Amino acid sequence: MRGMIFPALLALVVVSTPALAVNPDEVLSDPVLEQRARDISADLRCVVCRGENIDESNAAIARDLRLLVRERLVDGDSNDEVVDFIVERYGEYVLMKPNTSGANILLWAAGPALFLVALISGVVYLRRRSQARDGAVALSSDEEARLKELLKDG
Amino acid sequence: MITELGHFALILALGVAAVQMIVPLVGAHKGWQGWMEMAVPAATIQFLLVFASFLALTYAFVTSDFSVQLVTLNSHSAKPMLYKVSGVWGNHEGSMLLWVLIVSLFGAMAAWFGGNLPQRLKARVLAVQSSIAVAFLGFVLFTSNPFIRIAQPPFDGRDLNPLLQDPGLAFHPPFLYLGYVGLSMAFSFAVAALIEGRIDAAWGRWVRPWTLAAWIFLTIGIALGSWWAYYELGWGGFWFWDPVENASFMPWLFAAALLHSAIVVEKRESLKSWTILLAILAFGFSLIGTFIVRSGVITSVHAFASDPERGVFILMILAVFTGGALTLFAARASSMEARGVFGFISRESALVANNILLAVSSFVVFVGTIWPLIGEIFGRKISVGAPFFEAAFTPFMVVLALILPVGAMLPWKRAKLGRVVKSLVPAFVLAVAVGALVWAMQTGKTALGPIGMFLGTWLVAGALVDIASRTGRGAVTNRLSRLTRLPRSDWGKLAAHAGFGITMMGISGLMAWSVEDIRVAHIGDTFQVADYDITLERVERDQGPNYVSTKATIIVSQHDDAIAVLHPEKRVYPVQAMPTTEAAISNGFWRDIYLVIGDPQDDGAWAVRTFIKPFTNWIWAGCILMALGGVLSLTDRRFRVAAGAAKSRMQGVPAE
Repeated sequence: MRGMIFPALLALVVVSTPALAVNPDEVLSDPVLEQRARDISADLRCVVCRGENIDESNAAIARDLRLLVRERLVDGDSNDEVVDFIVERYGEYVLMKPNTSGANILLWAAGPALFLVALISGVVYLRRRSQARDGAVALSSDEEARLKELLKDG
Repeated sequence: MITELGHFALILALGVAAVQMIVPLVGAHKGWQGWMEMAVPAATIQFLLVFASFLALTYAFVTSDFSVQLVTLNSHSAKPMLYKVSGVWGNHEGSMLLWVLIVSLFGAMAAWFGGNLPQRLKARVLAVQSSIAVAFLGFVLFTSNPFIRIAQPPFDGRDLNPLLQDPGLAFHPPFLYLGYVGLSMAFSFAVAALIEGRIDAAWGRWVRPWTLAAWIFLTIGIALGSWWAYYELGWGGFWFWDPVENASFMPWLFAAALLHSAIVVEKRESLKSWTILLAILAFGFSLIGTFIVRSGVITSVHAFASDPERGVFILMILAVFTGGALTLFAARASSMEARGVFGFISRESALVANNILLAVSSFVVFVGTIWPLIGEIFGRKISVGAPFFEAAFTPFMVVLALILPVGAMLPWKRAKLGRVVKSLVPAFVLAVAVGALVWAMQTGKTALGPIGMFLGTWLVAGALVDIASRTGRGAVTNRLSRLTRLPRSDWGKLAAHAGFGITMMGISGLMAWSVEDIRVAHIGDTFQVADYDITLERVERDQGPNYVSTKATIIVSQHDDAIAVLHPEKRVYPVQAMPTTEAAISNGFWRDIYLVIGDPQDDGAWAVRTFIKPFTNWIWAGCILMALGGVLSLTDRRFRVAAGAAKSRMQGVPAE
């Protein structure tokens, strides 16, 4: 449904049921565990939706996953164990925040790497500019030609 | 008949645009006066033809002419008039027609108001702008024709998607497109300058108003979209890092970088080739955004592969324009030698830092957006969602906010850091105090809230110190009178930078301190969320013009005083068989109370979701302030005076 932020995506709308995402009957009585469940849910993707996490989604499978997360938590799993458990079954596609394995390292490194490159080129450029002579006096050949023309017309 | 006339006008427009693309360019090359001059009437005619075509389509929607396929698919006779009109661009074909309309509108505006441009440059700008129009007119006519008729018209249409039947969204696409397409002017100026082989301070001054205008529209468009998502989608999020959102956010970041670097070109004749490159990239990212939204490639590679016609067409437009401009850039950029000399610590350097941060952060958004696609090519199914962007993008904004107040006050050419830092000490102390206060008051002890409040206060206070410093020294009355005489661009700078700070406070406040409650409530139940008492009074059925609704009445009170009566709804639009949630929101300066009614439970009770969302409205207040800052700068005296001065100068020169 997020796609609908741009009406252009009309064709992509998935008709959903009007239920709330997290339903009252799912909520755990222990507020600490419930909060952990919410945090984990925010990083897990609803696999049939368009970029929604399971906490926001109304889809049935998202509800199943929310219940599964809570079940594991009640059984005493740590947050990482719950996530690993779900990734094992549904694949890394469920992770909203990709891990750093394999080529994904490029995704994470792209920003910092480019920033470093940009910073170095920026510093080099600034150094050159600050040491350059002021060249603002000479006219370009075009300008001289134009000046001549104007004076002639004058 | 009118529909056919509209179709015909569009075909004529393509012809006019093709002529306008070639003739002035040749004229400018050969120095033929008449050939160059034809660009102006051609731009006007092109605009009028596209406008006529757009009106024809609007007429079909307004009169519910269901013999037009597009109207049948996207409209309904019972739909309110506002949404009949907005339905014109609430679909692929119509929105592309709107896109073309805006391209030719900008071209025509450059023709009408570009009297002070040198003739050769003007001819080239209009020709390049027209080449964009040719590409997109071709796209509309060959792949997305909105004027197709159906042989046996149905009695009624299939209605517009109910989520789009909303005032906030009715005006969202036009603003967004004005922004996207506005960047085409900066692109045309950049390419024209590359063909010309020179740019100077005047070029910076001409290109800046167009960039500013585009950026203002993008700001408003993005803010409208995010506001709509907040109140309409029913879980109170305002930004989701969805590919289509990122598609508009990347050009916004580039436009912000461009309008800052164009200042350096204008004032100091430096950063020229970089500014040209930014102008090309900014529009390039507009095209990438169009490609992402139009082709559906990000949603599913398979959907793209099964119907690639439109996607491939836009990809070709993207390749030709961006690739062509970058090639031209590579060939010509070296000829644009910089002139200004400046010290390592100077306003110029600060603006270079601004550009690096904005461009790199935009690049991060880009990589995150296309990464799932790259993963798919290598056989891995990967999601890149909000948590990634929050981790990878936010640091750049934090650094930007930290250096902004200092950089904004550094003098041109050569500056002494100590002096600027000294004048900013009060702002810094205030910001730290606010951050510390917030840290002490909050219960959850997250760092997000205090850091956001610190940065926001630092930006707002820094902007105020900046404008105060512009009044010089002396008696308070003198300084006040000087304050009133400051150029509007100074006020624009104040508003835009402060707006950035306020948006930052809003986002961090909302994300850090939002309170949520989900429960089953019986009619008459009262429950407490934060320190508000929420009472579910009643739930009833209601009938709207084209929907049926389940409407709750909920009373919100605090310390036994009722502060709001809210009506969250669930609607069902029978034509599209589509339900929507209409959250009810009590807007406030410090917080929003956000209520959603859910499903009925077995025992006659209802699921109710309550959010208390602090600082939410600051997000959009900041956006409005940023846009206002842009408007103030746009109406600055020097843009108006420059236009007037050039006119009088032209009168002095003989016509031939």
